[in-house]
Amino acid sequence: MPPEDVAPTPSTASVPDPGPAPAPAPDDVPHATAAAPALALRGLWRRFGEKVAVAGIDLDVPAGSFYGLVGPNGAGKTTTLSMATGLLQPDAGGVWVHGHDLWASPLDVKAMLGVLPDGVKLFDRLTGEQLITYAGLLHGLDRDTTAERTRDLLAAMDLTKDAGTLVVDYSAGMTKKVALACALVHVPRLLVLDEPFEAVDPVSAANIRDILASYVRSGGTVIVSSHVMDLVQRMCDHVAIIAGGHVLAAGTVDDVRGDASLEDRFVDLVGGRVSGEGLAWLRTSSD
Amino acid sequence: MVAHLVRLKLTLLRNGLKRSVWQVIGLVVGLLYGLFVTVIAVAAVITVSVASPDLLPTVVVLAGSAVMLGWWVVPLVAFGVDSTVDPARFATFPIPRRQLVTGLALGGLIGVPGAMTTLVSIGTVAAWWRDPAALVAAVPAALLFLATAVVGSRATTTLVAPLVARRRVREVLAIVALLPIFLIGPILSSLDGAFDGAQLDGLVAGLAWSPLGAAWGVPAAVVEGEWLVALGRLAVAAVTLLVLAVAWDRSLAHSLVNPIQERVGGKGRDLGWFTRLPATPLGAVTARCLTYWVRDPRYAASLVFIPIVPIFLWFSSPGGELLLILGPVAAYFMGWGISADVAYDGSAFWTHVAAPLRGSVDRLGRVLSAAVLGVPLVLVCVVAPALVVGRADALPALLGVSFGVLLTAWGASSIASALVVYPVQKAGENPFQTKSNGGTTAVVSQFAGSLAVAAAALPEGILAFVAVRQQLAWLGAVTLVVGLVLGTVALVVGVRVGGRILERRQTDLLKQLVAFA
Repeated sequence: MPPEDVAPTPSTASVPDPGPAPAPAPDDVPHATAAAPALALRGLWRRFGEKVAVAGIDLDVPAGSFYGLVGPNGAGKTTTLSMATGLLQPDAGGVWVHGHDLWASPLDVKAMLGVLPDGVKLFDRLTGEQLITYAGLLHGLDRDTTAERTRDLLAAMDLTKDAGTLVVDYSAGMTKKVALACALVHVPRLLVLDEPFEAVDPVSAANIRDILASYVRSGGTVIVSSHVMDLVQRMCDHVAIIAGGHVLAAGTVDDVRGDASLEDRFVDLVGGRVSGEGLAWLRTSSD
Repeated sequence: MVAHLVRLKLTLLRNGLKRSVWQVIGLVVGLLYGLFVTVIAVAAVITVSVASPDLLPTVVVLAGSAVMLGWWVVPLVAFGVDSTVDPARFATFPIPRRQLVTGLALGGLIGVPGAMTTLVSIGTVAAWWRDPAALVAAVPAALLFLATAVVGSRATTTLVAPLVARRRVREVLAIVALLPIFLIGPILSSLDGAFDGAQLDGLVAGLAWSPLGAAWGVPAAVVEGEWLVALGRLAVAAVTLLVLAVAWDRSLAHSLVNPIQERVGGKGRDLGWFTRLPATPLGAVTARCLTYWVRDPRYAASLVFIPIVPIFLWFSSPGGELLLILGPVAAYFMGWGISADVAYDGSAFWTHVAAPLRGSVDRLGRVLSAAVLGVPLVLVCVVAPALVVGRADALPALLGVSFGVLLTAWGASSIASALVVYPVQKAGENPFQTKSNGGTTAVVSQFAGSLAVAAAALPEGILAFVAVRQQLAWLGAVTLVVGLVLGTVALVVGVRVGGRILERRQTDLLKQLVAFA
């Protein structure tokens, strides 16, 4: 496991928003060497109208790591991952994938990325098989490779018998699985998955975890966002805790959680626990 | 509860206005237009009551019936019914349906058409000032009229919606329902002269007893002193309202727990177009769009106008050479039809943004898929009319202008759909729901695009007009060359420029598309 910043990084959560950070210092910018992190975010900043969704995020995701991104609802996880994958333009800051500047040469860098966004639709008037084929061909694979991988992915996701069904008729879990297959078909070097296990049944989730684990063992890098701490603690080797658009802590899972469980550590850092005594009237037996 | 629902509608309206300046501008333009029409209508009815009171019953019954018909039918074919307060949202709340129905009906009056109708109704009540009895009778008549109009519009849309969710039915209905509107002009002109005063009186008498005009028929009868007739018409109006309210109530109760779902279904499909086209990004985009042309009813809907145009042209001048413009018109619809392509993709457009896909490849793939359908279609629309009216000699000129327009419109669409997206009907959504915002963007971009296409295709248009009019064979040949060359240039420029704009703007477009969802 590569040595790196040990958690927790100095929290910027208490600092008032200083506005978009200046461009990162040149020596801080990753170069395309073997040691370059799989994903490097520098001073990433994005606002929507009045609301600052991501307020200056710096993050290094080491190559070959299984990285978890956790945070409460509205923490900026999806916004961060969208900017890291070229789906959303940052107001300030930069993204480097294996040392290549994403926003400077988007076409080259996107070829290295596999993306599973959350909260968007798929081309759901295609069948499952057509959708995976479409993703493969868009990434420039040839016909035979696409066909072979599509078949294997459908089998791995337990979708073979639904290959000819339109995606619009899939259940939520099946839709997640076929989207994941689309993200994998071109063998990306970096896989960015936003809430990949939402609505997926336990058996499929275990299968997907196996697929991802063997992908990481073979040298790939995976980033998953989730708010299921338990899952992240079991599955990932690195984790970053994000809240209010800032990184509160980042590093290996063991470093971040220390002696406590990841969930306790998360609640410590993020705060906001409310005692259950508040809703005294919420007792159906009281009357 | 009723007051809550009305207040909810007002709050939604206000919050919608806060979201964008264009919304405010759209509302102000709508209000000004509505106010203008209202003032004209009230002034007209008051003038009639002062200048020729004998005509007042006729005018009020005729106009009232027309407005009523508009309320019932227009949402079915255009605009849809305002869905800002969607009844389905209340499915989980324990609201008595009677109150829900009343609240939704009152909410339906909030908005430009509702306000216009209300104001004009008040003006119409005042128009009976000469006869106090009729004035009194006009008050319940106006209330019945307003209620029947709003409830009727909800009833027709709610009743027909499940039927229309089926694609074939919707396509056929759209054509059938639009026909009379397109044909009003020709029909009226052919009836002109044949329609004398006696027949008009008969029509008015019939309407005054019909559900459409019964409400306003009440004061019309009172002013003549026919009290029994007035009572009878009042009964007709009341029963109409009751029947519509019950029908709406019933179908609402059903639709709350059985939401409309478009049936897609089907199994065992193979890869379809993906195996038949080259295994390249361009081939993939083309294959995906072609699959959507077949499976997504919204694409087919852009073609429903094409069969209507020749019928309209034929009625306007049977056997006339006007039919020859079918080719360019069909070419325009076909070419501009892909101008909302990215908006139709919705948030699924992320697939293109995340892939290492050149903008020009995206553009060209969409055009090629439209060409598979468009080229044969435009050919038929050029050749068939030319043969029917016996002008085979005009074929080169017509082909030149038609394909010039087609190629130019594809080029313009390629730029337009990279520049703006606006909320569109989502696939499988209730076709009678309008989008509560973004209408102005859509209208402005459609208007600007049409102007651009017209301007860019002007040379071949003028050449074709002269060539066909003067029967100049050599000029026809020139038109063919000019049309194809200029059209190709427009398409190449459109795909190149559109592709570059798309690469720059795709993240912005995606952000908006995600926000619409």
